[in-house]
Amino acid sequence: MATQQIFSPLPGIFYRKPAPDKPFYKNDGDVVAESDTIGLIEVMKSFNEVKAGAAGKIVRFLAENEDAVMAGQPIAEIDV
Amino acid sequence: MAIKKLLIANRGEIAVRIIRAARDLGIATVQVYSKADKDSLAVRLADESVDIGPPQASKSYLNQAAILAAAHGAGADAIHPGYGFLAENAEFAAAVEAAGLIFVGPTAQSIRLMGDKVAAREAAASAGVPTVPGSQGRLESADAAFALVEKTGFPVMIKAAAGGGGRGIRIARSAEEFHHLMPQAQAEALAAFGDGGLYVEKLIEGARHIEVQVLGDGRNVIHCFERECSLQRRRQKVWEEAPSPSLTQAVREKLCTSAVALAKAVNYRGAGTLEYLYDDRTGDFYFLEMNTRIQVEHPVTEMVTGIDLVREMIRIAGGEPLRIHQDAVRVSGHSIEVRINAEDPARNFLPNPGTVSALSVPGGDGVRFDSMLYAGYTVPPFYDSLLGKLIVHDKDRPSAIRRLERALAELSVEGISTTKPLHQALARDADVKAGRFHTAWLEPWLESHAAGLATAQPPSAVKVAP
Repeated sequence: MATQQIFSPLPGIFYRKPAPDKPFYKNDGDVVAESDTIGLIEVMKSFNEVKAGAAGKIVRFLAENEDAVMAGQPIAEIDV
Repeated sequence: MAIKKLLIANRGEIAVRIIRAARDLGIATVQVYSKADKDSLAVRLADESVDIGPPQASKSYLNQAAILAAAHGAGADAIHPGYGFLAENAEFAAAVEAAGLIFVGPTAQSIRLMGDKVAAREAAASAGVPTVPGSQGRLESADAAFALVEKTGFPVMIKAAAGGGGRGIRIARSAEEFHHLMPQAQAEALAAFGDGGLYVEKLIEGARHIEVQVLGDGRNVIHCFERECSLQRRRQKVWEEAPSPSLTQAVREKLCTSAVALAKAVNYRGAGTLEYLYDDRTGDFYFLEMNTRIQVEHPVTEMVTGIDLVREMIRIAGGEPLRIHQDAVRVSGHSIEVRINAEDPARNFLPNPGTVSALSVPGGDGVRFDSMLYAGYTVPPFYDSLLGKLIVHDKDRPSAIRRLERALAELSVEGISTTKPLHQALARDADVKAGRFHTAWLEPWLESHAAGLATAQPPSAVKVAP
């Protein structure tokens, strides 16, 4: 089992939930499929989904909900 | 009390615009900024600047306490909210006044009244301003709804009372469809918004978006004629002009008179805009809503009337009475504004923040470029994509369109993609040249012209003769 990182594809604000009153997409320890959405990046008022990109288990999130992130910044660690 | 030091509670091109107007009036400026805007043009131009927090708007430009603290710390006596952010937040306007400062805009009460859709419709109706036929507020029953639509006629829109931004809208074109869609709409509204309340409105197909600029001092109100903003993508205006190419003189007079009547009825203070739908086949217009702030597209009105709207709103906020008489407001020539956004029209308007490696700004007679750009500036990803507005003015509409093409060719923003190729394509379009469009015209046009926009030359390939 190897640990890899999920990177933000875009610069912007990272959201861990689909809407402010909704629960997190994923939590530390959750098992995810490759196509699962783990968060959103808001760039210039448009929202873009961030996919897990690989099947595995999320070790931990490296970016908090509503953090400002840069393109290529790691936002989560995943065991694959 | 004349304003001595103005704090600008906004960012981007409008912050630059307000700083310039204030400086022209001899007023000192304080620019607040988020950490992402430390190197912005507005911060560079202002006399002073104050850091109000992290990039997220909710923690900076929407942080009322931080903005008020900045105003006190810098000794500002007034706050200009620009557009967006806190511009139409009645609570903020009240907090600014409660703090002993001047809010450059209308009273909190006016903002609240016009921000309430039902109350605004009622105010319009009692001032004799036509509104889109439909239910007065929410419907009590499906039977009451049907009785109403039999009067207004089809097609009608069924809207969720708790909805907004186009969500929860259904269109019924016949009685049969109406009976079929009503229960669906009710169930969906309940599921989506926790409120099954509905209202209905007649759908005006092929309508144009026309708006009237007003200026008031709390007692007197004048209009500065209309703008037409029918070219929209996803309800965002992309090209605006004054005067409208579609109004007759008789309709123009009726429309502008109605706007003044409504603004007077609410004792409006400052710059405001009344938005209407206009049906050019019948000559009917319908009040939609009032925006109680300066608007993005205000420059086209300034170009044709010669009135500096931002300067006037600052003077009025400082306590001066309206100094322009209605008779003195005249339209001269034609003006067009196009929005230069950090979006790639070749890739479905993908947002495109990044560093502007080089910049050439158009000039010459009748050309104005209101922007937040400078060479070397890095456009942050956290806010909307508007970089600037290219505004042209000439003696008539065909000349203004030619001048727009000339100015667009001179504009070069290197390093990031912009909406410039879209405007070049629009300026060449036969329907645009003839003024034949409506609010639902641009989106299908974009689909059928996608290939042309995709092969548009990147900005860096455009060479301008010296």
